Amino acid sequence: MHTKPEGCFSEEPVVIKTEVLTKKYGKISAVDSMNLEVKEGEIFGLLGPNGAGKTTLISMLCTILKPTSGKAWVNGFDIVKDPGKVRKSIGIVFQSPSVDDLLTGRENLQMHNLLFGVPREIRKQRISEVLSIVNLEKRADDLVNTYSGGMRRRLELARGIMHHPKILFLDEPTLGLDPQTREHIWEYISDLAVKECMTVMLTTHYMEEAENLCDRIAIIDYGKIVVLDSPSELKNQIVGDVVKLKLRTPDTEALKKLEYVRKIEVKEGLLYLSIKDASKHLQDLLTHTGPIDFVEVRSGTLNDVFMHYTGREIREGEAEGGFWERMMKK
Amino acid sequence: MSEIEGIYAIWLREAKIYMREKERVISSIVSPLLWIFAFGAGVGSTIETIEGYNYQVFIYPGVIVMTVLFASLFYGVYIIWDRKLDFLKEVLVAPVSRASVFAGKVLGGATDAMIQVVFLLIIGLFISVPLTPLVIIKAFLMLLLISIAMVSIGLVIGANLKSPEGFTLVINFVMWPMFFFSGALFPVGNLSGWLYAVTFINPLTYGVDAVRGIILGTHQFPILLDVAVMFVFAVIAMGIGVLSFRRM
Repeated sequence: MHTKPEGCFSEEPVVIKTEVLTKKYGKISAVDSMNLEVKEGEIFGLLGPNGAGKTTLISMLCTILKPTSGKAWVNGFDIVKDPGKVRKSIGIVFQSPSVDDLLTGRENLQMHNLLFGVPREIRKQRISEVLSIVNLEKRADDLVNTYSGGMRRRLELARGIMHHPKILFLDEPTLGLDPQTREHIWEYISDLAVKECMTVMLTTHYMEEAENLCDRIAIIDYGKIVVLDSPSELKNQIVGDVVKLKLRTPDTEALKKLEYVRKIEVKEGLLYLSIKDASKHLQDLLTHTGPIDFVEVRSGTLNDVFMHYTGREIREGEAEGGFWERMMKK
Repeated sequence: MSEIEGIYAIWLREAKIYMREKERVISSIVSPLLWIFAFGAGVGSTIETIEGYNYQVFIYPGVIVMTVLFASLFYGVYIIWDRKLDFLKEVLVAPVSRASVFAGKVLGGATDAMIQVVFLLIIGLFISVPLTPLVIIKAFLMLLLISIAMVSIGLVIGANLKSPEGFTLVINFVMWPMFFFSGALFPVGNLSGWLYAVTFINPLTYGVDAVRGIILGTHQFPILLDVAVMFVFAVIAMGIGVLSFRRM
């Protein structure tokens, strides 16, 4: 778990703020009247299925997209009136790589240094620093078009943090990376968040990533925040433990009457019971179920929380499809 | 200061990429060579002289301007590719003004075109074009001005279109009329009626006139007028370019 940096809170502890922020495409709201506050030094996760509006939200905060209505401030600057100052305060790692193919890794970083006004004296040092973090020192002078997908992503990440932004936006940053690199990168990001008072806003499909890293998580669906809290609170309040059952004569009505059963879902012939404390109540529960073919007990995850609120699962490891892709599926 | 570094960063990227894409360099050298040696020598064999020069030498300034025109206008297509491949995002979210991004791109495109100009000037030395160092410097500066104007036009079109195919279509409607009615291949003085009128509203006419005046000493308008028209045209094109980049 990320430890909150101590003593870096300035007078304005809220670094990202949105007020009824809305982005419409035609009649459809990709982001719908969103109110949000993110505090300095926080690692804030946006979790949601494809097309929920995560990328649209981040694009607006990064001044790539203009909101249809509503307001937002990043590092105290209005995203519409002061985009230049917003851009100076932020680093971004895009979902689709934006590193330049025909330049070497090092040249990409050099260009970034110039564009983001990193002081001349520390440019070289910053470049070698970030290259070692993402483990690309040996390939730094090769053209990016010889890199694998994972390497591009790592380079993109190196670039995003190189100018030590106050706020770092990460849109599915570790998608397609091997677990080792993911861990390495997250370690570094939490470290940087503490040392530099950096605030991080990220979107991810990896539940465990969101769970382990984020101080707070907003679950987003259809452009709205469904729920917002710390991962542990989310899990405790809503899920507890999950008991998966296969019964010969399922009687959900009877089970619903048990006071420790919070919720029952039936999926593909299996019952999913949300239970406050399974170790305490399992014995009793089984006396009410009748003959059992199969039972499995596990502690709740964010995926369960997500299911609780949206009625479906987040499919892990899947890149965010376009907004339209989702509309087409409906 | 940081704006200048931003312009430099974008220019540097464009220059490096140009040098790395060998096909771009080679193709842009080969086609003007064909114009000078195949077209110029071929048509030239049936024409005696124009204004005292053999045809190959007469069209030499026009071919250089043509090379600049084509290279500069077509450069606008790279902005579409950059956007398609998402490279552009990095630049668009950088804390440099869109005017600087535009300036960097214009300089990058002009660099492409001017590298070709250097090759063509060297070739000119071998086909008895009267080139002195002063003429070369003057011609170079005039061609740079033309290039900046045309790169700006190309970027305006590129910034407003989504597909490279669309770009090619639109640019053909801009490029060929500009080229044919500029006097690059024949003196416009002999044209009659509305064709002659068209050459007056074509800014490239003044560019060709200036370059031919500088290199061969024959021109239709005062060279200062040529330069002034091209300058005003470049300023307008850049203004529209900055506006287009702001909307991107």
